[in-house]
Amino acid sequence: MTAMATSLRPDTGSRKGAAVTFDGAAVRLRGRTIWSDVSLTVAEAAFVAVLGPNGAGKSTLIKAILGLLPLAAGTASVLGRQPGVAKGRIGYLPQRHGFDSGTRIRGVDLVQLGLDGTRWGIPLPGSPSRKRDAARVAEVIELVGATTYARRPIGELSGGEQQRLLIAQALVRRPRLLLLDEPLDSLDLPNQAAVAALVRRICEEEQVAVLLVAHDINPIIGYLDRVIYLAGGGAIEGAPEEVITSETLSRLYGAPIEVLHASDSRLVVVGQPEAPFVHGDRHA
Amino acid sequence: MATVMPEAAVFQGLSWNPLTDVQQLFTYPFMVNALAAGTIVAVMAGVTGWFMVLRRQTFAGHTLSVIAFPGAAAASLAGLPLAVGYFGFCGLGALALAGIAGSRRSLSAESAAIGALQALALALGFLFVTLYHGVLNGLDSLLFGTFLGITTQQVVVLLAVAAAAVGLVAIAARPLFFASVDADVARAGGVPVSALGFGFLLVLGLSVAETSQITGALLVFALLVTPAATAHQLTARPALGIALSVALALAVTWLGLALAYFSIYPVGFYITSLSFGLYVLVRLGRALGRRRRATARLALRAA
Repeated sequence: MTAMATSLRPDTGSRKGAAVTFDGAAVRLRGRTIWSDVSLTVAEAAFVAVLGPNGAGKSTLIKAILGLLPLAAGTASVLGRQPGVAKGRIGYLPQRHGFDSGTRIRGVDLVQLGLDGTRWGIPLPGSPSRKRDAARVAEVIELVGATTYARRPIGELSGGEQQRLLIAQALVRRPRLLLLDEPLDSLDLPNQAAVAALVRRICEEEQVAVLLVAHDINPIIGYLDRVIYLAGGGAIEGAPEEVITSETLSRLYGAPIEVLHASDSRLVVVGQPEAPFVHGDRHA
Repeated sequence: MATVMPEAAVFQGLSWNPLTDVQQLFTYPFMVNALAAGTIVAVMAGVTGWFMVLRRQTFAGHTLSVIAFPGAAAASLAGLPLAVGYFGFCGLGALALAGIAGSRRSLSAESAAIGALQALALALGFLFVTLYHGVLNGLDSLLFGTFLGITTQQVVVLLAVAAAAVGLVAIAARPLFFASVDADVARAGGVPVSALGFGFLLVLGLSVAETSQITGALLVFALLVTPAATAHQLTARPALGIALSVALALAVTWLGLALAYFSIYPVGFYITSLSFGLYVLVRLGRALGRRRRATARLALRAA
């Protein structure tokens, strides 16, 4: 597995300036190894996609970076600290299926929670800190282009609109690292591309490293710096055109995989084994 | 004169002079105590009810209110003050619910377990009433509420418990709101989501125990759910919503107590009907508003 998990080319960012570094890392859940021997580096302000089939441990990787899951082996460094220490400097958007139409919470309140949701007590109305917070909330809502609908109940908004507000919530504390777990999942294709473009812009303007978990690489490939591909209990990290190739993926899966280039420049991965293969206890 | 007039006043009923009628309400100490207790309970129910509706825990809240009934019946049986039974059983009930929520495997398993607990509570209540040889004084009022005979000491206890509970909710307001709306993100940001859920159930238990003492065990929802649900319909702003929830609970409590004072019908009926009426009105109003907006949009498109 070692060969598969190593980076395909030397990383652009130095190790010291990296947002996330994993070295020989492994995670076990209920006695089952999800992935092991994973070594990767996410440079500062890089836009990195986390790809792979269902059950390959994409969300597990995000949770390990957040420090919500302990490593069974290896070491990890997140923003120069142990995972879970730098919580305040990480923006996180978990995998979800949207707010149902009855949810009576305004987008602006949801974004505000990203800023002060962990603070105890009640702030005095009209206090300077409250005004500062409100200004920052308005600024970040403007950044994601959600100003026109931020004051409507979030349940009444479309999937794309909800996703923009949730990204604003993750961004409101000016994080150095943004973890987005399948933010494109429930969106139609134009919205997937629009949100991917937004994330690219945020990545550059706010100088924040982004890890975006996705099912399909096609809507985002034009915006990405790097790709982390999880499969077969391991991971490969590198530039998209290096990772999404027949040779690399076949090596990762341990089975013949073919990457086809469709005429509209879309990529199609053919022959990937189904999830049970990935769940196999090869490392136990 | 001062000794004779109040006696007559009760039987005079409404004078249709608002000032005299309000004065009448405050003539007797029992009524002053009832109004004080009602005010305390309404504020507490308005605040905790708003969070309960937000967290979709109305079924848990209803179960706690059903648990209040055997609590009160057991206290009567043991010759203890009713409040001991209410607070004791609702507190234990909250612990049981927290245990169920903590060990939940799925939402449907959780609601089934809560339902089973509810049935057990009702059966226990019935057992205690039977053990009391079926002549438990005021079974009706245990179930459907009364405003008679609230002592000043009871008011003090209600106030102390309500102040503690509302204070706790105020301290935890933002993390609790965060955990209720977006538990995963809150947990990742360092909010103690499970501890808050447990603490909130305990506060909810206290609220139910307090509210039961005015509305009876079965009509707790009139103060705990209906005003809060109405407030959620009226506004999506959190601070305004909590304020509205409290204001509505206060309004229906005061009006319900006044109506019960001047009539022969029980207070639980009035509080429940008033809050239900308000809820129906608000939902109708919102439905009409939506239809009007939709029609306006259509007209705009046609033009």
